[in-house]
Amino acid sequence: MATLIRNAKLAHDSWQRLEAAADGGLPSIPPQGDLLVPLKLWQLSSSALLGRPSGRVGVWLAPQEDPALIADSLDALALIAVHFPQFTDGRGYSTARLLRERYGWKGELRAIGDIQRDQLFYLSRVGFDAFELNDGIDVPQEDLLRSAQAALSAFGDFSEAYQTSVERPLPLFRRRGAEVA
Amino acid sequence: MYQYDEIDQKLVDERVAQFREQTQRHLSGTLSEDDFRPLRLQNGLYIQRFAPMLRVAIPYGLLSSRQLRALAHIARKWDHGYGHFSTRQNIQFNWPKLEEVPDILAHLAMVQMHAIQTSGNCIRNTTTDHLAGVAPDEIVDPLVWCELIRQWSTFHPEFAYLPRKFKIAVSGAEQDRAAIQVHDIGLQAVRGDNGETGFRVLVGGGLGRTPIIGTVIREFLPWPHLLSYLDAILRVYNRYGRRDNKYKARIKILVKELTPEVFRAQVDAEWAHLQDGPATLTAAEVARIGSRFTRPQYLKLDALSPQYTQALAREPGFARWAGRNVHEHRVPGYAAVTLSLKKTGVPPGDATTEQMEAVADLADRYSFGELRVSHEQNLILSDVKQSELFAVWQEAKALGLATPNIGLISNIIACPGGDFCSLANAKSIPVAAAIQRRFDDLDYQHDIGELDLNISGCMNSCGHHHVGHIGILGVDKQGAEFYQVSIGGAQGNAASLGKVIGPSFAQDEVAEVIARLIETYLARRDSEAERFIDVVRRIGIEPFKENVYGNAHQKREARARQLAAA
Repeated sequence: MATLIRNAKLAHDSWQRLEAAADGGLPSIPPQGDLLVPLKLWQLSSSALLGRPSGRVGVWLAPQEDPALIADSLDALALIAVHFPQFTDGRGYSTARLLRERYGWKGELRAIGDIQRDQLFYLSRVGFDAFELNDGIDVPQEDLLRSAQAALSAFGDFSEAYQTSVERPLPLFRRRGAEVA
Repeated sequence: MYQYDEIDQKLVDERVAQFREQTQRHLSGTLSEDDFRPLRLQNGLYIQRFAPMLRVAIPYGLLSSRQLRALAHIARKWDHGYGHFSTRQNIQFNWPKLEEVPDILAHLAMVQMHAIQTSGNCIRNTTTDHLAGVAPDEIVDPLVWCELIRQWSTFHPEFAYLPRKFKIAVSGAEQDRAAIQVHDIGLQAVRGDNGETGFRVLVGGGLGRTPIIGTVIREFLPWPHLLSYLDAILRVYNRYGRRDNKYKARIKILVKELTPEVFRAQVDAEWAHLQDGPATLTAAEVARIGSRFTRPQYLKLDALSPQYTQALAREPGFARWAGRNVHEHRVPGYAAVTLSLKKTGVPPGDATTEQMEAVADLADRYSFGELRVSHEQNLILSDVKQSELFAVWQEAKALGLATPNIGLISNIIACPGGDFCSLANAKSIPVAAAIQRRFDDLDYQHDIGELDLNISGCMNSCGHHHVGHIGILGVDKQGAEFYQVSIGGAQGNAASLGKVIGPSFAQDEVAEVIARLIETYLARRDSEAERFIDVVRRIGIEPFKENVYGNAHQKREARARQLAAA
């Protein structure tokens, strides 16, 4: 299981992520527990997912999936995640801003996939507040915890930012003006 | 010169600390080469043929004498005593050690410089007219807008991992000297009906293996919307640009595949959400940035200095240099001067530590301590008194920087090529040297007149061969280095892409081929006023081809010869 950072702290992860099979076949739905499901499963089985006796529902988006497709479902969801197959695939950064700024998602927004400490600063600026670190293969648990702990410092890599973003909706030049006034 | 404020400085310092830590993790083995690569690239660091190459940003080509001295110091202490000025108005060092790069970046930060986003799939250094702020044909001074774009693009969190690199150029003059038609985004500053500043926005231009001239997607973007509109373009590109094939990942391919009309509609739909949002620029911010630029305190001088005109009449060598390397200035009595980095036998764009230091001194004594790097890889003293031009010429001559060849055949644009670059198919520098030697006679060069000759060592086109009146491209033929020649390309307002004249040539044939092209031109021109490019446009490439390859029979023989050689 990947190491989870939530709100800039190491956190326990209660969510189980479901994935489509290699041939595109959708997984069966476990009767309980918090489930993070692919968009397609949500689109086909939202009532089955929500009608379970217990457990919350979240949706994860692949990089090419348009967040507009879940814009009407936000009230029913407890988590949205965006998948980064490689950290150099930057589409998820735009997805996050759209979810936060255009569709008004207020809940947990999680970056999953190839997430490393060196991406945490930018990811947090575009609206992610949770991160599943890519732990690599065969790394001992204690090393993972140590490197995750060290990764937390990445949120402070830069003390300011010029642009408008989810984290600082006003660009620096508008905040400067406010300081003067 | 833009002066950093505390926050500008702090961000650059924090970047040095971040990269130092990343480099340490990489050297200690906890950050793999694959994961480190995109991070080091966004700090300008390539791993090259012999050693790492560090590309330092010179935002919009503007440089102070103090900064140039720092670059000279870096060249001496961490490199082999020289640097290479590139076509993106940057400087590259070819021999730094990986573990020393954080120290180099720290040294740069001391003079308000950095290597941020000079490589990688992000928004690169914004370029502009090397005569920005001083050109007589200027409509809008682009420097303030360039700095606003620099700040907006620096550490933009949404656009750090684009499908491919992204280059923006700004021109504020009637004559485009910033090649805005061959950039991912080209911005032409213009004036609206009431004199207000706005931008004509071009997208999807570019060189590389699919050269395309950019398309105008907005005729007049009022200045307050500059950044939100850029956000909209970049967001459409970030979301929909191709990521499956790096050769089809530039925005030009997206614009082409969608058609410019559909692309524009997508940008407008995105912009509808962003327009008038917090990114909208304010007059106060534009004024604040403007006030952070130091501006030369010009003296009130006569339009024409008698010392200057007398020296022109007295000294033919000086007159020849002034005719090519001195440019008109918007302020009476001043001129801009190009110091040529294109002396025969010197790799185009290279400057030694000693030259950099001497040029910094010249800038201090004659040009308010400021200079520019041009995308043609020369250095510009932008604010020289006419009365001091003769002295500048004499000093520049002593430094080997007064070759009177600006706009002429020997002012070659060339990438570092196969001597340094691991991407190159072929060497550029020896080809440039051979051509410069072939045309070393200055009288002959001046007789040939205005001619842009550009050389790229591979189709990444760093040497802008597509827009050279004559373009030379290094190609790989069964493991041997060959050169494809094209003619008819041009930069500027009437930008066009060159056409390949035929099968490629071996390295030692290239200079002779160029000589044939020139011969054809001289024989066919109406008068000295008709430039090489004008003749190509008038008569087409056939007569040039014929003179190079001969008739069909000679052509077959030439092919057989080439095959035997390859």
